[in-house]
Amino acid sequence: MADIIDILLSASFWAAAVRIASPLIFATLGELICERAGILNLGIEGIMVLGAFTGWLAVYYGADLWTGVAVAMGAGMLFGLLHATLTVPFGLSQHVVGLGITLLATSVAYFAYRLALPQVTSPPRITPFQPYEIPLLSDIPILGPALFAQTPLTYLAFVLAFAVWFTLYRTPLGLALRAVGENPGAVEAQGLSVTALRMGAVMVGSGFMAVGGAFLTMSAFSSFFFEMVNGRGWICIALVVFGAWKPGKAVLGALLFAGFDALQIRLQQTPLGAEIPYQIFLMIPYILSILALIFMSRRAEVPAALMVPYNRGER
Amino acid sequence: MKLTKPVFAPLNRRGVLKGGAALAATAGLGAMPTGLLAQEKISVAAIYTVPVEQQWVSRIHNAATGAVEAGQIEYQFSESTSNTDYARVMREYADSGVDMIIGEMFAVEQEAREVIAEYPNTTFLMGSSFPADENYPNLGVFDNYIQDASYLSGIIAGSMTETGNIGMVGGFPIPEVNRLMHAFMAGVREVKPEAKFQVSFIGSWFDPPKAKETAFAMIENGADLLYAERFGVSDAAQEKGILAIGNVIDTQADYPETVVASALWHFEPTLQAALANHKAGTFKAENYGVYSFMKEGGCSLAPLGTFEGKVPAEAMALVEERTKAIKAGEFTVEINDDEPASS
Repeated sequence: MADIIDILLSASFWAAAVRIASPLIFATLGELICERAGILNLGIEGIMVLGAFTGWLAVYYGADLWTGVAVAMGAGMLFGLLHATLTVPFGLSQHVVGLGITLLATSVAYFAYRLALPQVTSPPRITPFQPYEIPLLSDIPILGPALFAQTPLTYLAFVLAFAVWFTLYRTPLGLALRAVGENPGAVEAQGLSVTALRMGAVMVGSGFMAVGGAFLTMSAFSSFFFEMVNGRGWICIALVVFGAWKPGKAVLGALLFAGFDALQIRLQQTPLGAEIPYQIFLMIPYILSILALIFMSRRAEVPAALMVPYNRGER
Repeated sequence: MKLTKPVFAPLNRRGVLKGGAALAATAGLGAMPTGLLAQEKISVAAIYTVPVEQQWVSRIHNAATGAVEAGQIEYQFSESTSNTDYARVMREYADSGVDMIIGEMFAVEQEAREVIAEYPNTTFLMGSSFPADENYPNLGVFDNYIQDASYLSGIIAGSMTETGNIGMVGGFPIPEVNRLMHAFMAGVREVKPEAKFQVSFIGSWFDPPKAKETAFAMIENGADLLYAERFGVSDAAQEKGILAIGNVIDTQADYPETVVASALWHFEPTLQAALANHKAGTFKAENYGVYSFMKEGGCSLAPLGTFEGKVPAEAMALVEERTKAIKAGEFTVEINDDEPASS
């Protein structure tokens, strides 16, 4: 118990939690936007792989890091467009299309990787985003190193979370977006295009997911590996539910999951680690998140039109 | 049966990639008059469950491409074959008439053996956690038994650590990983009997960000030297300015300031022994793992490179002494496949 308190009181633990949470925040916000507009986007895992690959490759070919982020975002939006075209105007099953997009985007990334780098013995590396200490703020004990000595992409994740909240709850566009996920007929009656809103939401959301993937290759690490996204996309689907489709709570969920992950890594090195098999520790973030999910989702309000295709003029 | 077209074996989600890879691998072969060359060259197909960049597989791939350049073999491969697809890909290569199939059956030991029994005329050289079995006379098993080199790298690590606190991040505790960790720890204890080890497994072969986070946690916990079993660990060491020891491949070129030494695996002796036996018709159920031992040339310590002259002379003298003893068969590094624990 004393070990756990020691860990919780160390700044490096919180810094690790924020670092681990960053890619999840991007992708969770992306999924949240899609779902608030009524579209479940199961392409998330593949789009993250694609973002991780395209952003990294752009930088490897000489682009600067922010251009790499833009490239990843663009690639994500392109696959978002494909997803949206199939699910919105054509109204196909969102489960099937989403999983299809995940398989396709993953394969495209792997295939393109082999085409671009057919003969490598070890994966090439780029110079990733470096931590940037914000003057003054980074001097605050514990909070400073945890929050204000991160890489620029992590700061962007939090700025983006605020921007998504502001857009959803404080702008007419946000109102329209939320409405299209609840009652698309009402949006149509207002003279707005359900198709345009939903497709736009899926494209932008997919772009954010891709940036989440790009975080892994451009900030958390410096090269691209097959399978390195390693299920993080699926976790984000759960985090959206955990956050009850609200950006603030979703960010909190991502931080909680990442916190448990950072904690289990450290617990493995306490005397407990010698007693308990390592698999149990690896399970901790998932088990605790499932428990939290059960508790949190009891009062969650699911967007009423989630996964319901809208056919104009249908009665 | 003549091999005239690439084997588009796997049809899973990575099928597109592998099709491309197989095409690339066989593009040269297709144009060749295979009938003429096939009499002298042994046709080899390799099936990997991971991309060829992965450390372990890259050593096999390197040895095979070396044999291609030497004109010994024709070589094609499928990478990233999922374990659920493995037996089918084995069958397709065997049906296509290749002489020898190289692969890794750690996760499909039973199923792979069933396929091997079905194709008695094909030679199989497979990475496996189990010893050779006479019921499968066409199956030779191997693994990277490079404990000799790991042990020597441990001696260097023990002489370079100041706090005597060493962090080790592994993927999964399987025999291959465990025995190298134990050999490394034995080497460290030769020079620093009181050394402490932090051992963690991340439950994934390919999650460098996670390996890096785990390594960070060990550094915070006092480690001043890391044993880099996974990609990502050396990056953490570099970022925090502490030392690291490489495993299987030499990574010093990427981390010149921090990677002191690496234990290298050389697959060439294993492959050459299998090819020679195949050619002579003497291939039988045999443990090819011994060809990874140092006295067979199957493993070595990478040159110190940027750390030349920075490792204490007594340690290097001990390394040299032990190298000689190992090669002469006077010193044996213990093979311990149990899961290592933190101390």
